[in-house]
Amino acid sequence: MSKQGTVRVVNGRYKFSGEFHHATPNTPITNDDEGGKLVGVTNPRDMTYVHTYGGEAVFFEGLGKGILYGTRCDNPKCEFTGTQYIPFRIHCPDCLGRNTVVDFTKTCRTTATVHTFMVCERSGAFNVLDKPIKFINIEFEGVGTILMSYLSLGEPTIGMKVVPIFRTTDPTFTITDLSWVPEGADEGDLPDGFTFG
Amino acid sequence: MIKFSQRQLRIPKLLRPVYLVTAGQSKFGRAMPDKRTEELCVDALTMAARLIDKTPAELKSYIHSCYYGHFADHFGDQLLGESVIHDRLGLDPLGNIGVKTGGATGGSTLWETVKAVASGYSDCALAMGWERMDEVPTDEGNHLISCAADKDWETPLGHIYTGYYAVMAQKYWQVFGKEEESFRRTLAEISVKHHGYARFNPYAHSPKKITVDDVLASPVVAYPLRALDCCLMSVGAACAIICDEDTAFELTKNTKNKPLRIFVAAGSHTLRPACRRDMDIPLLPNETADQYADLSERFPGVDRYPGFTGFLAARMAAYYGYGMAGVTDPMEDFDVLELHDAFTISDVQTYEDIGLRPYGYGRDYVESGDCYHTNPHTGKPGKLPSNLSGGLIGCMHAVGATGIMQTLEVASHIWNRWAELHEDEALWKAFGRQKPDDWTDLQVKGAKRGMAISHAGVGSHVTTTILMDPDHLLS
Ligand SMILES: [Zn+2]
Repeated sequence: MSKQGTVRVVNGRYKFSGEFHHATPNTPITNDDEGGKLVGVTNPRDMTYVHTYGGEAVFFEGLGKGILYGTRCDNPKCEFTGTQYIPFRIHCPDCLGRNTVVDFTKTCRTTATVHTFMVCERSGAFNVLDKPIKFINIEFEGVGTILMSYLSLGEPTIGMKVVPIFRTTDPTFTITDLSWVPEGADEGDLPDGFTFG
Repeated sequence: MIKFSQRQLRIPKLLRPVYLVTAGQSKFGRAMPDKRTEELCVDALTMAARLIDKTPAELKSYIHSCYYGHFADHFGDQLLGESVIHDRLGLDPLGNIGVKTGGATGGSTLWETVKAVASGYSDCALAMGWERMDEVPTDEGNHLISCAADKDWETPLGHIYTGYYAVMAQKYWQVFGKEEESFRRTLAEISVKHHGYARFNPYAHSPKKITVDDVLASPVVAYPLRALDCCLMSVGAACAIICDEDTAFELTKNTKNKPLRIFVAAGSHTLRPACRRDMDIPLLPNETADQYADLSERFPGVDRYPGFTGFLAARMAAYYGYGMAGVTDPMEDFDVLELHDAFTISDVQTYEDIGLRPYGYGRDYVESGDCYHTNPHTGKPGKLPSNLSGGLIGCMHAVGATGIMQTLEVASHIWNRWAELHEDEALWKAFGRQKPDDWTDLQVKGAKRGMAISHAGVGSHVTTTILMDPDHLLS
């Protein structure tokens, strides 16, 4: 089996190694209702994309270290200076100044409340979360926006107090490294690889 | 943005009157292995020509520029699919452009087309939309749709768009619906209505004679939403011909189509619902500043606008559209509507966003019977019937075509041609569909003005398309 493609940045450029696609032949699609007449073909695709987090990379790296970063507009000339953002926004949506990165881990541990939720029995291809997925949207004291994430223990309700947990062992460096559990949950009950940070 | 400048709130203006002249559509279905997309587009354009007694070649000779709505080109693995269609329609070397705004793609395509004519760039322009989501299995399809959410912050969470949308439904259900069984039944009634109207539409993908209890017994997709609360995923195409006044009257001379004045406006809101910030409710002409002062007392849990319970994009599209067309009260000024019923609950949310009812009271539009062709409580015509096509739940959601299909539906009532376009036995037979014995003419008698709403997913884009008989303008 060939090696799945990996990427590093060297001298400001992407350096690729391994396999980024697997060529698979097309197969015919025939119509059983009409004596096997040709209808079309399958077009198999197996590709690996490359993607930069840019100015958000610090957020995704922080999750594996048990830190939840958000941002704040500190531009004194901005009409909405002081507005705090989770999800992380690189730039203030009002003045377009570069926001200050702020460690919100403590705010999240002490003020996170479920704004709304949804228990979803289904998922799409490439999903790696356990089903049903308990989507929660979380509000924080002093933060202007409402983060989407998922609950790993218990059943969600509106107004429920939750605390963040982080995939600190073998992080995937995706948003799935951040999850939430009800306030007061035991560390021993957390999913594999997750800690309170 | 949570505060608007006066410049941003300026009512849009078209530089000259713009008209819908004709429109067409293909059959809609879940899968069409026997047809390429271009065949569906040819069907739609051929129908548009037929409605004004022209051959496709005659109609094409008027078209000066082309606007193509096609949302999900990653489904078909064909970039620049618009160019393929443009060539197959034989419209080269005219200028053409692709439009994609999620579920609002059809409406946005009309928005661009109308502006092209209003500006004087073209005297006659084509809006054509299509979609086909039948060429991948459902799981992969769910993943591809979830790519319309934020790739880093949402898509990895289950690769399922329903999850990102349904949190909003949950909030509405608890705060405004108060989790009442009676409200749950009202939602089910919308599905019964839309699948039921689809029974009289030969183009429709999902005609069904069902009851409220059938909806409530269908599988849970994301509580409280069940399978029969959700829109379809369809294949099909629809088109519209948009003209200036002289061309419109020339093209329709001695035909059954009267050119209809058309106004299209658009609004938007954050792609991630997470990024919605609290703001004041922008008011429509039929609302007053004080009427929402005690909203949070009447509906405990309302602590933000639009929060997760309203669609600011729909509100703004209505604000701009009503201003352009002179609408001061949508319940009085319109005779027929086509709304974007992606889910039964979002249908109710939209009633409030576009001012059919105040925020918190959308359900009354259904419970009063106003939304029906014939009010079930009185047996008289409904005050403002909606989704007589069957909507997205009963007729189709072939994304790029949807907003255009809705516009054709509204126009067919104002043209007084609804029965003619739906009753022909030969058409039912050609589509391999059985015309029901109780087929009913849903023509809204005397319809002069109507509106179609085109809406993307969690509310990132919404358009209002307003049609009026030019002899019954409001301003
Ligand atoms: Zn700022």
